[in-house]
Amino acid sequence: MNLLELRGLSKRFGGLQAVSDLSLSMAEGEVLGLIGPNGAGKTTAFSLFSGFLAPDSGEIEFRGRSLVGLRPHQICHLGLTRTFQIVRPFPHLSVLENVRVGAFARTASSQTAAARARQVLHEVGLEAKADVPAGELTLAERKRLELARALATEPVLLLLDEVMAGLSAAETERIVELIRGINARGVSLLLIEHVMRAVMNLSHRIAVLNYGQLIAEGTPAQVANDPRVIEAYLGEEYAGTAPG
Amino acid sequence: MRWATLVALAVLLMLPNFLGSYLLTVFIFIFFYAYLGQAWNLLGGYGGQISLGHAAFVGIGAYTSTYLAMTYQLSPWIGMLIGGAAAACLGAVIGYLGFRFGLRGFYFILLTVAFGEICRLVVSHVDALGGALGLFITFSGDPWQFQFSDNRYYYYVALGLMLISMGIAALIERSRMGAYLAAIREDEDASEALGVNAFGTKLAAIVLSAFLTGVGGTFYANYLFSLQPNTAFGIPLSVEIILRPIVGGSGTLMGPVLGSFILSPLAEVSRTYFARGGLSGVHLIVYGSLLVAVVLFFPRGAYPYLRRLLSRRRGAP
Amino acid sequence: MTLALLGQAALNGFLFGGVYSLMAVGLSLIFGVMRVINIAHGDMMVWGSYLAFVLALRLGLDPFVSFVLCAAAIFCMGVVVQRALVNRVLNAPHEMQILLMLGVALVLENLALVVFGPDTRRTESAYGLATVWLGPIFVDVARLITFGLALALSCALYLFLFRSDLGKLIRAAADNGYGALVIGADVERIYTVAFGIGAACVGAAGALMSALLPFSPATGFAQTVTSFNIVIIGGMGSLLGAFLGGLLVAVAESLGAVLLVPSLKELVGFVLLVLILLFRPQGLFGGKTS
Repeated sequence: MNLLELRGLSKRFGGLQAVSDLSLSMAEGEVLGLIGPNGAGKTTAFSLFSGFLAPDSGEIEFRGRSLVGLRPHQICHLGLTRTFQIVRPFPHLSVLENVRVGAFARTASSQTAAARARQVLHEVGLEAKADVPAGELTLAERKRLELARALATEPVLLLLDEVMAGLSAAETERIVELIRGINARGVSLLLIEHVMRAVMNLSHRIAVLNYGQLIAEGTPAQVANDPRVIEAYLGEEYAGTAPG
Repeated sequence: MRWATLVALAVLLMLPNFLGSYLLTVFIFIFFYAYLGQAWNLLGGYGGQISLGHAAFVGIGAYTSTYLAMTYQLSPWIGMLIGGAAAACLGAVIGYLGFRFGLRGFYFILLTVAFGEICRLVVSHVDALGGALGLFITFSGDPWQFQFSDNRYYYYVALGLMLISMGIAALIERSRMGAYLAAIREDEDASEALGVNAFGTKLAAIVLSAFLTGVGGTFYANYLFSLQPNTAFGIPLSVEIILRPIVGGSGTLMGPVLGSFILSPLAEVSRTYFARGGLSGVHLIVYGSLLVAVVLFFPRGAYPYLRRLLSRRRGAP
Repeated sequence: MTLALLGQAALNGFLFGGVYSLMAVGLSLIFGVMRVINIAHGDMMVWGSYLAFVLALRLGLDPFVSFVLCAAAIFCMGVVVQRALVNRVLNAPHEMQILLMLGVALVLENLALVVFGPDTRRTESAYGLATVWLGPIFVDVARLITFGLALALSCALYLFLFRSDLGKLIRAAADNGYGALVIGADVERIYTVAFGIGAACVGAAGALMSALLPFSPATGFAQTVTSFNIVIIGGMGSLLGAFLGGLLVAVAESLGAVLLVPSLKELVGFVLLVLILLFRPQGLFGGKTS
């Protein structure tokens, strides 16, 4: 059984067809990169998967269960957690309290949740800032906080929306390592990214969206050499970027 | 900190032995409004959903237990819980409608105001509940009827209520519900993505808040011995309720208590000082000015401000 | 329950509605421009009423004349409130603004109570009892004049907002405050003027209404709620919606008073409010929701 199965997913906003007849599947343990020009419908797709938007038509199946009609918190409890493109920390709560909210998804006990939160903070390297109000963090730290919060919910599938946007090369490296580690633990990942090198290196497979439609799918190497993709998005100079 | 609380508690427990009847009454009001304020705080402070219609819960609790006592001779100690439950039902209705239809901020406030006024108007027209004139409770001094001949008993009941509400607030603060309420207050959608059932949590908050407020209604009825729809359900009472936590610090445990210790004496002073000439509105002018001052200069309330002041004195970073 | 009776009630309501519309337009302007929810609106109006009352009492001025002075006075009150208080919380969370204006409302209402006492008043007007008969229905001359004046003021406001330079700047600032700053508009001054005009509207409404309906310091809050009722029904930020909403609510209240027990007519308003909040919070004329 596939971890995530999309069939004919569509969403329209007035005159704009944001997602059009999207069919895709994802296996357990996979890192799937979702790329495409701005406005291609990637974030809309994330909102559809995580229950923030209802699809006009089509099916979303997660671990064999239909997600259509479920509310975001229910989907989170089933094991699918998303992050937001523009980070949304809880500014007046401390970093630890932020992550603890995520941890509470798996336990009702305050102590267990706090312990789990500290574990996750250690993993992402934010434990030194545990008691700092989230509103005082730098952008890079907020991105790691966003990741930490989502991790604390112990997801089976983690949706990361441009988690590397706006980061320096060094910070990007750190996040890439982090994501590798998370995947090694068995968490599947769906990444929306514009940072090409990172997403090509991390992903087992890539799916390319343009104008709401899936235009290509395959290994990074296949996608990078696909003429439709090159034409729509990557440009000739990226043709040789993919490994192998 | 522990020592200070124990000492304060001991002082409060012993106070009735040293206070005259008038001061005792002031303290009773301090405790009672702190209780109501703390009940409101669960929804409005911790939950961030401001309600300007909480008087409706007081009214429902008061009228329910009083009606049951007058008609079926049911002890208000039991009627208190039934009244609370009735108020909780109204809370559930308001919460369900408001949250299901996504009303937030000002729109939610308006919904609570509308329900409060609807209750007031409806009760004013029900003859069985005394209509516009209300209900008058005869004094019998019977403790089983929630009446005491000695003011000191009211003092301890009010103190007890305040302490219970603080206990409940403290428990919630530390629990998952408290963390969820804070998250919802900060960013409801982001919290949903993390598994927070925002609708369910907010509904639980309003039901609990309404229940506690409704229970307080029984005290209200049996301390004042009269119940009129305009005062029991009216906006002025709702304003009194929200002022304590807002001035003291909404979303904090000590906020409603501190606010009550500030406001009730202030109200008494302005009431007695300006009572000659019948200037009855002056304490409300004081309230209004205080509200303006708090919003402009101490938006988080007196308690957080004091805490910061104290920690700076101690040299903490 | 004759048709004539219902028609009478509807007409009375409609004519009275002009004042409601004026009141609501003022509120809508303030919200539309600054996104400020003026909870003190009704209490400002009551001050307009009291001013008209005093002017009639001391100087014998008919409220249908003195409303200009009242509007000017409440304009000044609005300017003071805006400059001293509202300006400081323009970027604060909505809840803080609401609490601030609640404080102002408390102060205004109880100041009126202290100064004028709790008794209900009604301004004397030369046209107070005059009526004109149209077949089976009679027209209250006072209401007719009030409607005419309210309509005239609303039209004047419309012309100001859509034809004058300052008016266009106000509408620009309402549309996009940051953009207005960028083009060099003195946004602070615009906000002050807009708030002042909104207050002036309600001051005029108060003066006009004082001859038709008895008032006391306590009426302030009821009028605030009615104003919000109207503005929400008509659509927050839509001036046309506020105007039409005022007429609609007045007619509904009037009919409600005839069909139900008169003291329950407030109930009609609140039930209507709940229904609108739940099913169409953007009001009849849609537009920006806060």
